Amino acid sequence: MSAVSLRGVTKRFGEVVAIDGIDLDIEEGEFFSMLGPSGSGKTTMLRMIAGFELPTSGTISLHGRDVSKLPPFDRDVNTVFQDYALFPHMSVAQNVGYGLRVRRVPKAERTRRVAEALASVRLNEFGARRPYQLSGGQRQRVALARALVNRPAVLLLDEPLGALDRKLREEMQVELKEIQQDVGITFIFVTHDQQEALTMSDRIAVFADGRIEQVGTPADIYERPVTPFVAGFVGTSNVLQPAVAKILVGRDEMCTIRPEHIRIVPTGTQPNDDEMQATATIRDVQYLGAFVRVRAEVAGGVSLIVDVPSTTSVSASIAPGEQCELVWRRDYVRVVEHFNSTDTGRTT
Amino acid sequence: MYVSRLARSVLGAFTALVLLVLYFPIAYIARLSVNTAKTYAWPPRGFTLEWWRAAAHASGPRDALVRSLETALLASTIALILGTLASFALTRHRFFGRNVVSLMAVLPIALPGIVTGIALNSGFHRVGVNLSLFTLVVAHATFCIVIVYNNVAARLRRLAPSLEEASADLGADIFQTFGYVTFPLMRSALVAGGLLAFALSFDEIIVTTFTAGAGFETLPLWIFNNMFRPNNLPLVNVVATVVVLLSIVPVYIAQRLSDGVVGATGH
Repeated sequence: MSAVSLRGVTKRFGEVVAIDGIDLDIEEGEFFSMLGPSGSGKTTMLRMIAGFELPTSGTISLHGRDVSKLPPFDRDVNTVFQDYALFPHMSVAQNVGYGLRVRRVPKAERTRRVAEALASVRLNEFGARRPYQLSGGQRQRVALARALVNRPAVLLLDEPLGALDRKLREEMQVELKEIQQDVGITFIFVTHDQQEALTMSDRIAVFADGRIEQVGTPADIYERPVTPFVAGFVGTSNVLQPAVAKILVGRDEMCTIRPEHIRIVPTGTQPNDDEMQATATIRDVQYLGAFVRVRAEVAGGVSLIVDVPSTTSVSASIAPGEQCELVWRRDYVRVVEHFNSTDTGRTT
Repeated sequence: MYVSRLARSVLGAFTALVLLVLYFPIAYIARLSVNTAKTYAWPPRGFTLEWWRAAAHASGPRDALVRSLETALLASTIALILGTLASFALTRHRFFGRNVVSLMAVLPIALPGIVTGIALNSGFHRVGVNLSLFTLVVAHATFCIVIVYNNVAARLRRLAPSLEEASADLGADIFQTFGYVTFPLMRSALVAGGLLAFALSFDEIIVTTFTAGAGFETLPLWIFNNMFRPNNLPLVNVVATVVVLLSIVPVYIAQRLSDGVVGATGH
């Protein structure tokens, strides 16, 4: 049985449709991410699972039990808030023990479980402190301990790493994933950061305009995007409109190809049988550290983005205005459907 | 921001002058309360506690003090209850006429005391209620509510909504959330609002003149009625000093507790 089942979940705020008929099953013990730009509905979806918002229609089930109409305190889920929402007038230990206190867990057991929870996030010594005496990363871990100490069936995380600086965020990504594997609780993680979603998740749902564009493993989402929106939002993609695709790859459909799947070779090089090529002029070159991002113009004024590893000999000789050949393997070209009409295959 | 030395000294001098004009007369009254002479003559002469002793034994000021405390206590209690309820309703919920109600709740602080006084006076007469402690308390409560409302509403607006959500999320029902999270976080705003309301009622005179029953003399009224009797002048100085001290203390505490919202002044 799924940990969380959504059936036809819709949420309207007045005229605005925030969530538009979502069907989704999240399995027991999964690390599941809801990925999407701001306003895509991912946070609203999370708040409905928590019970802070009620769906306009549709049902939300936890382990087969319909909880659509239940208030937050009657649902076996806990939330880690974006702003952590630690109680400022309570110590760290009181914050962590809050859920046990309101559920009238005996004092001795409460003390023991709070100590365990603090140990699990490596904050054993911090029980007596107040939230304002902690750093951002420590507050984050207190919020996590406060939610996990209740052993919820599902843990909801609303962009919990958003306020941390990059280095700390990367450390916390690893730590969160480890904690999730230790406790074995289903995590639903909301983020707008595609890198974060790819790194941590077992599966990802990509949200846009209140709908799910694609659900799949990180590899599915990255390597086999089914819509131009997913191709553009997760990583960078060249989206080829049907007319262009017909000329470049010989298919009269919308297609995408990743910049790292295109190689730059000197003019006159013969491609292999499983490869295709196009003559191009280099328009501009951006140095991005591990790789060089090149914008090359092919016939018809269409530009393709190509990523060249900084270490290859080719990268040194690339300069704007140079002629070259672009080469890619046929099987790297993905055909995508265009069911999200507002999106126009942007590259991010 | 850079401020030149000249500008700094001019601004400093001007600030000192304004504060002097504000507080010198009050300090002077306090000094006169221990003066040996009975007049306002400059410079003050000698030192005596005779007037303080006399004031302590005179029944007029003492009765007036009790009435003032009584009135202020009742008015600020009513203000605490109604002001808090109003601030919850107006900050947490959207309903038809919300802005009108909000304006009407705050307006009494801005209305001239003389207008409020006359209006309430004729209103009480029209419905046949005799002026008494009750009418006085009701009159004071009209502007005391505003002070509590402003303080509590400011606190509620600053309170992150996610705190109450987090409490509910962790299993607390509505009453537990109020008792463990909302109330502790707004307690100091309640105390601040209550103290300010108390201070405001304690030294109010205009509305009081029109809504207190005949012979019901609060401390400010007693001062007003006695300041033109030369024999009572030293006692007036003593009582005035007491009123100032009793008003300063709650305002000082309130300011330390509140978020810097020390209500609008008016009365």
